[in-house]
Amino acid sequence: MYQWDFSILWSYRWLFLNGLWVTLAFTAAIVVLGLVVGLVSGLLRLSSIAPLRWLSQAYVEVFRCTPILVQLVWFYYALPILAGIEMTATTAAVLALSLYGGAFYAEIIRGGINSIESGQTEAALALGMTPAQSMRRIVLPQALKRMVPPLMNQSIIQLKNTSLVSVLAVPDLLYQGQAAAHDSYRPLEIYTLIAVLYFAVLFPLTLLVGRLERRLARAD
Amino acid sequence: MSEIMIEVAALRKQFGDHVVLRSVDLKVGRGEVVALIGPSGSGKSTLLRCLNLLVVPDGGAVRVGGKSFRFGAGASQPGNRALAGFRAATGMVFQQFNLFPHRTALENVMEGPLVVRRMARAGAEALARGLLAKVGLADKAEQYPSRLSGGQKQRVAIARALAMQPAVMLFDEATSALDPELVGEVLGVMQSLAAEGMTMVIVTHEIAFAREVADRVVFLRDGVIVEDGPARQVIDSPREEATRAFLAHFHRQREG
Repeated sequence: MYQWDFSILWSYRWLFLNGLWVTLAFTAAIVVLGLVVGLVSGLLRLSSIAPLRWLSQAYVEVFRCTPILVQLVWFYYALPILAGIEMTATTAAVLALSLYGGAFYAEIIRGGINSIESGQTEAALALGMTPAQSMRRIVLPQALKRMVPPLMNQSIIQLKNTSLVSVLAVPDLLYQGQAAAHDSYRPLEIYTLIAVLYFAVLFPLTLLVGRLERRLARAD
Repeated sequence: MSEIMIEVAALRKQFGDHVVLRSVDLKVGRGEVVALIGPSGSGKSTLLRCLNLLVVPDGGAVRVGGKSFRFGAGASQPGNRALAGFRAATGMVFQQFNLFPHRTALENVMEGPLVVRRMARAGAEALARGLLAKVGLADKAEQYPSRLSGGQKQRVAIARALAMQPAVMLFDEATSALDPELVGEVLGVMQSLAAEGMTMVIVTHEIAFAREVADRVVFLRDGVIVEDGPARQVIDSPREEATRAFLAHFHRQREG
């Protein structure tokens, strides 16, 4: 029978905290960048100019239909050679995860905008607004409200996806856990703690999404 | 007729293979109230939407006030800014109200002056409160649309359109989505607008109202104007067989 000894974890506390911080900072960066990319791509997808629509769709499909792990490795090893630029593991990881997330955000944003009745745009245009004003003042504020729960869900998935950056030796929570496991020969305790830490961050967020969803359902 | 406010010439529109407007000519004088009637699919709503270019015609010309556009071969498509400037001079009221649900009644009315006219907030609010009072909803200014009845929503929508101080008002079946007991309050507002001398084009199924309030009634069928004349004459003694057949439904309803 395995003898659990969680007391060894305490000596690695700074390592875990450091890893957790990197994971959270990574998540913040890729969520923000991903949302920007997703918003631009989602709007391009609704553009009246066909080549812009095709471009956006091609981007979304490429990133949705390849595994994120493959993208990470490709951005780190292949892109620098092809483009002739040096890239740190962090840069490659942020780039790949932001673009990956952006593809999913783009679909959520496009769907949210499409869900607003065309009468809203018509009323805004009839007042004399330009299409851009109508989008910014009338359609997007309403669409955003509907998008918040799915966008938060996708962001939660993004937080979990950051654990993959450990393959590029980016010192996130999982990477630090691996280091501690090798050092202590106590992988069971360490990976249990890692799982608990991810859960402790994500569970309150999923509860929040659930509450938002119910509140929106009532408002409609 | 006095000064012509709206002039439509040889207007054509088709959606795919389906021709909705064949070649429509229409003139509306300043202060005139024109009711467009006709069976569903006759093109009356499309014609109305061509007047503020929410539907862009395939051919012909549209003029409202001093601004005009030509469409069809040789004419370039107007840009977004030109379209917006044109639409700002016409007010439109929709069957489904289309109030902005994330804005209060007051903010709905202020939206056009603020965003399109770039009016200062205080001025826009004073204008909007005045218009809400005019449609009898001064006490509902802070309410969101979801808290208003259909008739109240439509009156806010009329105030919102008036806030742009339009040269003409367009009504697209403004009472068709209302419960019968709420139709009167909206028609009342429209009637007082007409009495103030507003130039109005009204797509409606309210034949009695058209007869009462409109100066002219235009009957459309299959994308062409079949009959165009003084309201009472067209409704009480139509010259065309098609008009008579259409109106027979309504007369039967009234008697029944």
